[in-house]
Amino acid sequence: MTTSLNARSAAISALIAIAVLLVWHLATQSTASGPALDPEYAKLVGATATTGKSAMPGPLDVGAKLIEHLSHPFYDKGPNDKGIGIQIGWSILRVAMGYGLAVLAAIPLGFLIGMSPVMSRALNPFIQLLKPVSPLAWMPLALYTIKDSSKSAIFVIFICSIWPMLINTAFGVASVRKEWLNVARTLEVGALRRAFSVILPTAAPTIVTGMRISIGIAWLVIVAAEMLVGGTGIGYFVWNEWNNLSITNVIIAILVIGVVGMALDQALARVAQAVTFPE
Amino acid sequence: MRPLISLESLAKRYPKAGGGETTIFENLWLSVNKGEFVCIIGHSGCGKTTVLNSLAGLERPSEGVIIVDGKEITAPGLDRAMIFQGHALLPWKTVMGNVAFAVSSRWPKASREEVERKSQAVIDLVGLTGSERKRPAELSGGMKQRVGIARALSIEPKIMLMDEPFSALDALTRGSLQDEVRRICRETGQTVVMITHDVDEAMYLADKVVLMTNGPAAMVAEIVENPLPPDRDRTGMHKQPDYYALRNHLIDFLVTGSRTFRDHIPPKYDPMKPPLVRPGATSPGTMQREDALQAH
Ligand SMILES: Nc1ncnc2c1ncn2[C@@H]1O[C@H](COP(=O)(O)OP(=O)(O)OP(=O)(O)O)[C@@H](O)[C@H]1O
Ligand SMILES: [Mg+2]
Repeated sequence: MTTSLNARSAAISALIAIAVLLVWHLATQSTASGPALDPEYAKLVGATATTGKSAMPGPLDVGAKLIEHLSHPFYDKGPNDKGIGIQIGWSILRVAMGYGLAVLAAIPLGFLIGMSPVMSRALNPFIQLLKPVSPLAWMPLALYTIKDSSKSAIFVIFICSIWPMLINTAFGVASVRKEWLNVARTLEVGALRRAFSVILPTAAPTIVTGMRISIGIAWLVIVAAEMLVGGTGIGYFVWNEWNNLSITNVIIAILVIGVVGMALDQALARVAQAVTFPE
Repeated sequence: MRPLISLESLAKRYPKAGGGETTIFENLWLSVNKGEFVCIIGHSGCGKTTVLNSLAGLERPSEGVIIVDGKEITAPGLDRAMIFQGHALLPWKTVMGNVAFAVSSRWPKASREEVERKSQAVIDLVGLTGSERKRPAELSGGMKQRVGIARALSIEPKIMLMDEPFSALDALTRGSLQDEVRRICRETGQTVVMITHDVDEAMYLADKVVLMTNGPAAMVAEIVENPLPPDRDRTGMHKQPDYYALRNHLIDFLVTGSRTFRDHIPPKYDPMKPPLVRPGATSPGTMQREDALQAH
């Protein structure tokens, strides 16, 4: 039953992929052989269009380029020409740092808020106020105070990925069953051991859910942040290729961003599975 | 002999919704000797769990003191083990993990092998050999409760406290667990305070049954001494000569006495020393033996 379900869904996925590629292919073909362009417009859109080739690449162009990228992912020919592997590496590094710092801050703080109703109420207005702020709104402030574009990007990742983890940790910690805390109390378990061996395992599934939401946000934000701060990273790569009018590379970047984002999400889904316990 | 547990003038009050206070019970006195198995019975809401939780140190009484082995109780402690009604196992730990958690709390300096060995011993004692690596979700209700019992026994407590430990189980499982608990407690001379709603359970397990009247302002109406022989067995118990005298006495109390006691308090009733009663052939009807508590 499950195997046939898997097989059927995989078949449908493959069909959709083929259909999309086919439509894409035909659509870009027809532009190439379409009616002659208005010369004024042709001048505007540039050489690629006037030479009869579509500015919009087809799947075969993208595929060829992708193979080229993947065979030399780490070349470095100066600031505006680096392999896609290097660019994505920079983005992952920044996300790892900003997100890592957010984890280090959110989990202990979340414990504090979850365990103390007073702190929960005291900090709630700040959380509610800061949580809805768009990450990009932080950028000027970060650039002004930190004065380093790469660190500013890390700060923005930090500030936007902290909230879901903070809120989920606090919620998970606050909803530990009283029974289990009573077990710890009757066994005279100390505060630290109680935190690690009773509260943390109970709250872990909720915490990891928060971490999963956060990594998604962090990955969304890094592209935008790198477009703004420039220099390196996949966001900068997209921006740079747009300036080069290389739509092929932009499409490849989109694919790569999607794949990495999916991998990050799946990694945390694995963690979530590992810490979930059946009741 | 000084009793192991002594509740002295215990009271519990909660603030009422519209102001004022509700008294769940007040001026409650109770003592339990070492090695005794005491059951508390009474209607729902009379405050049994409150008494037991106070004894565990999980709740603070509004008034009065609780003395265990000469010391006043103010917090939970490893000298008292609680068996919770909802078993309260940690679901992310295995059977061994749950028991070992208690053992390593009791003996923080013990080596891993030592902890494992002690845990294994109690797991074997409650008949769970072979299920050490299972998680609570993989166990039946009866097995979970066995783990709860193993966990409580593992810390070698002075007192075991049980709040309706078997009420969620089917009759067959309940019966075999009652046998198990009785065997273990008799072998080890364990002091137990247990809450139950089940008259037969109290008759089988208890040396003494504490009868609590209905709340609010519940009282200990009397303490019933079990006249059945110590070597009674669960299935043949009803053939004992005093079986019906005891059973009728307890049921009469639950049906009418628990409600009417307050309005017909016996003239010599003293809340500090509730009457000790032993129904059955040895003393027909209700015999007041107020000095028996002292003599013990
Ligand atoms: N936090 C609380 N606030 C107000 N009243 C409470 C609170 N906790 C318990 N009570 C009241 O105290 C009384 C005694 O409760 P308790 O749980 O001790 O009863 P019980 O005898 O164990 O009942 P049951 O047999 O149903 O378990 C009840 O009437 C209950 O409503
Ligand atoms: Mg109760």
